[in-house]
Amino acid sequence: MLISLNWLKELVDISGYSTEELAEIITKTGIEVDGVYEPEDLPENIIVGNILSCEQHPNADKLSLCQVDTGKETLQIVCGAPNVRAGQKVAVAKPGAVLPGNFEIKQTELRGEESNGMICSLQELGVKEEDVPEAFIDGIFVFPDETEIGEDAVELLNLDDSIIELDVTPNRADALSMAGVAYETAAALDREYELESPSYEETKEKANDYVTVKIENEEANPYYGAFVIQDVEVKESPLWLKNRLMAADTRPINNVVDITNYVLLEYGQPLHAFDFDRFNSEEIVTRYAEEGEQIKTLDGKIRTLSSHHLVITNGEKAHAMAGVMGGAESEVHEGTTTLILEAAYFDPRVVRQGAKDHELRSESSVRFEKGLDVNRVRQAGERACELLEKYAGASILKGVSEEDHLNREETKIRMETQRLNDRLGTSMISEDVKEILRRLQFGYEEKKDVFDVQVPTRRFDIAIFEDMLEEIARIYGYDRLPYTLPNSAHQAGGLTEEQRLKRDVKTYLEGAGLSETITYSLTDKVSAEQMISPELQEEEQGAIRLAMPMSEDHSHLRLSILPELLRTHRYNLARQQQNLAYYELGKVFISEDEEHQKQPREITRAAGAISGNWVTHPWQQEKKEVDFYVVKGIVEGLAERLGVTFSYMKGELEGMHPGRTALVVCEDEPVGFMGQVHPRYQKEWDLRETYVFDLNLDRLLEIYEKEETFEQIPRYPSVSRDIALVVDEETWAGDIEVTILEAGAPLIKQVKVFDVYQGEHLEDGKKSLAFNLLYQDPERTLKDKEVEKAHGAILEQVASQHNASLRQ
Amino acid sequence: MKERLEELEQEAILKVEKAETIDALKNVRVEYLGKKGPITEVLRGMGKLSKEERPVIGQLANEVREKISVAIDEKQSKLEDEALEEQLKDESIDVTLPGRPVQVGGPHLLTSIIEEIEDLFIGMGFDIREGPEVETDYYNFEALNLPKGHPARDMQDTFYITEELLMRTHTSPVQARTMGQKDGKEPVKMICPGKVYRRDTDDATHSHQFTQIEGLLVDENVRMSDLKGVLQTFAHKMFGEEREIRLRPSFFPFTEPSVEMDISCKMCGGKGCSVCKGSGWIEILGAGMVHPNVLEMSGYDSKKYSGFAFGMGPERIAMLKHGIDDIRHFYTNDVRFLSQYHNA
Repeated sequence: MLISLNWLKELVDISGYSTEELAEIITKTGIEVDGVYEPEDLPENIIVGNILSCEQHPNADKLSLCQVDTGKETLQIVCGAPNVRAGQKVAVAKPGAVLPGNFEIKQTELRGEESNGMICSLQELGVKEEDVPEAFIDGIFVFPDETEIGEDAVELLNLDDSIIELDVTPNRADALSMAGVAYETAAALDREYELESPSYEETKEKANDYVTVKIENEEANPYYGAFVIQDVEVKESPLWLKNRLMAADTRPINNVVDITNYVLLEYGQPLHAFDFDRFNSEEIVTRYAEEGEQIKTLDGKIRTLSSHHLVITNGEKAHAMAGVMGGAESEVHEGTTTLILEAAYFDPRVVRQGAKDHELRSESSVRFEKGLDVNRVRQAGERACELLEKYAGASILKGVSEEDHLNREETKIRMETQRLNDRLGTSMISEDVKEILRRLQFGYEEKKDVFDVQVPTRRFDIAIFEDMLEEIARIYGYDRLPYTLPNSAHQAGGLTEEQRLKRDVKTYLEGAGLSETITYSLTDKVSAEQMISPELQEEEQGAIRLAMPMSEDHSHLRLSILPELLRTHRYNLARQQQNLAYYELGKVFISEDEEHQKQPREITRAAGAISGNWVTHPWQQEKKEVDFYVVKGIVEGLAERLGVTFSYMKGELEGMHPGRTALVVCEDEPVGFMGQVHPRYQKEWDLRETYVFDLNLDRLLEIYEKEETFEQIPRYPSVSRDIALVVDEETWAGDIEVTILEAGAPLIKQVKVFDVYQGEHLEDGKKSLAFNLLYQDPERTLKDKEVEKAHGAILEQVASQHNASLRQ
Repeated sequence: MKERLEELEQEAILKVEKAETIDALKNVRVEYLGKKGPITEVLRGMGKLSKEERPVIGQLANEVREKISVAIDEKQSKLEDEALEEQLKDESIDVTLPGRPVQVGGPHLLTSIIEEIEDLFIGMGFDIREGPEVETDYYNFEALNLPKGHPARDMQDTFYITEELLMRTHTSPVQARTMGQKDGKEPVKMICPGKVYRRDTDDATHSHQFTQIEGLLVDENVRMSDLKGVLQTFAHKMFGEEREIRLRPSFFPFTEPSVEMDISCKMCGGKGCSVCKGSGWIEILGAGMVHPNVLEMSGYDSKKYSGFAFGMGPERIAMLKHGIDDIRHFYTNDVRFLSQYHNA
């Protein structure tokens, strides 16, 4: 809401405060100020002149040669505006005047004719084009005839006004009007304000005799009032009215429309005027629309309505969508002489529904939606009548034709001074409270520090004690509240085990060389369903789609983090960033039902993607590209960090290299996978050779052993033995390890591969795997014989299970 | 014999002096002190000597042996020192050449900010709570005093999945869930960080996904001054002891009274500059006293219990702290952006 200080000044005494100070006070006590616009760069030396004569420029078709009386002198001015005429009162910038944009007016010659200044358009004087009345958009501005020659045009046009822009929160709809802002300002500054009651003469004829009002649904439309106004002369509004509208970013149209808009700004009550003749009925019926009923609205569009849209009808036909927009058929036009002026109260939800369904959010609908002062509805209509009498020469018929179901009772709230202090941490006395209530102009009764407050209807946002608490606190001043700390020291804060572990996992992965990313949970359908970890594939039912996504790129909830991580790779590769190592801890979303109606299961995963060089040390000729085993090392380290045991199985997965993918298994169930991104996918995505891992972190944290009991440090020496086995090249080291551990139990403590060889001295199709074995008994020193026995058993088993022979 | 020994001594010392390598010195040791060496030979011939001469010569022979031995040892250590010095000289390297790089990763800036805030509130006795990102309409709105059709729902344009299911627009549903679990009896003191979603078009100041941290304290006799005290403690720890805070009225459906907290602008110290748009204050978070409807809906007696809540955006805090101009930087994950904040 834009507040003109020139206007506000007329309502409340704001003297003694600069615009900045005023903005600060309003912000601190109630309503956030979004911006302050001081008149700077003001045009100077602009006065009202009278065009004595206006002739065609002898050398230019589109220019006119004007003689302009400025009071002291007559100036010849060349003007290019199509609407310039003799006899007009116009804004003249004399030589030496400076227009916005630091544009200085100089005496000049245009096409051979002397020009001593400029006749100005509103735009040239700094008015926004969308606020300029239509008649003056393409030309100069013309003052009313009665304007005095020589007067300061800037002042007349209210261009020296300061504007405060308020960001009114939904609860403070009372401040969506000058009256509301005036009450607020008066309370903040401790000054006085009261909204004046309008007055005008009424004719003997009664409005009720012309038109009756019938409300079909009291809940949707608790009040409807119709004023009947005759002898209306539709014309331009007076300048002051235009100025007020323009300052509020509203374009002046004609006096009737402008007056309803003005009252909207002043009272916060939307009004609507129908052309009585075109409304063509003696009754107004408000009702819910019929399904499929149509209306042509003021913007020329045909709207199809449904049964939850409220309409104003003439008994037969809809002439307006209640609170949203009027109908084109009964629009006020130049020839309108009789008006029906609507002042009504519509249910906020009904207006909201209509505005939302037809995307017609307007200054009116917003106010209906947020609520109105029940005591100001009829009064706003009266105010419009007062102005129409004055500025449209109208006669107002007696009374108002209305149906009224409004509850105008004031809210009563009880509050105790002690309770206020308990909640705020203050030490106010009842006198302080009274002082605040006086400033707010709230009525009350007080007995022994117990207040019964009567909240005026203009503050329809206040309903409960806590609302009053806020009123008291904000006027008292939040900066006067003390700083205290809560008494609740009985709780020690901390991370849960799971939260601590997640931090540990992050720290581990970062230590291992990976950088954390945060990518989007919402992605396109294809990406959302790519690279789903094998253990999720059985239960997943497709990615969940948003009902109304902003774009298809972010329309589905991901089932895997990897596609977004790979997108990050692609983004960086396209920017010449070559060596990338990323991880993310984030959620994937598994739908619990095919229809996606239930809240999905959310699983936190730890995923990573690495490409490019892992080690680069050029001058030592050391360079290692990332490969499967780099990533596997990271995954193995993570298992160690969490104290869990992983085993790895060859795996196949859409989007992954079929020969270089492993399922990660923990406690006999798959918990994720790792491997190389499929070269086809890699090519399609412009990636480099990329290795990824994706683990079910939630599951791992469940498996994680909380209580690690102390294991004695062995006191007896271990025995180390190396063996080299020749096996078929398809045989996997991991399988042999498992056999060794089983066959050598319980003495074998550890098996490690230390060499893999294939080539010379070995048969084709064979390879050599060398293992280091460690035997140990925690209770005593092992004897050679025992080790030999275990070793023998191991060799026997690997021979029989894996066709392995000792390498000679 | 005495002469012979003295002669041997001189001869050996001379050879020691001449020896230039450890091997040569070793030869000298073998030659003179070995079992077949001349001194041993002298001692062997002692049988021919008289009873009186024997100890004298014996002592002399030992003395000569000792002298030679000391000379050899001294020379040995000298030669060794020289050799080591030579070796070290050979081994010297260019210490200015670059080292073998260690691959280092680091946290995302938002994580750093969130963890910093978490730790700060843990220090004040708060727990960390988390909840689902896909929420029900009930927890996201209704339990927070935002019934269907409430105009304030417009303040947060929502990604709906079904009529009842949506992407949470704030982390407040975690508060409602936590309160609900406590059966309206125990106090609650928690913060809930997490991802939230709004139906916005991504640009420099909007992101359809962002993070939030909300806090809640519910107990008997919680005062608004407690909120002010906690927020001041937070602001001082997070932004510096010299920063001032101010509260000004605002509106949130789940709190009453509702306030917004500003901190004094660091750039201008409150005088007004481009960073604070001339006001001297920078908006940091929204807060307020928990609305009685929210308490009652979660089973708390609002006559007995009161509380405060607050919510802030880590992105905004990160942008303010580091002068970042575009919120999209947090989600494009440009390595050149991420790596700048690995030690943040």
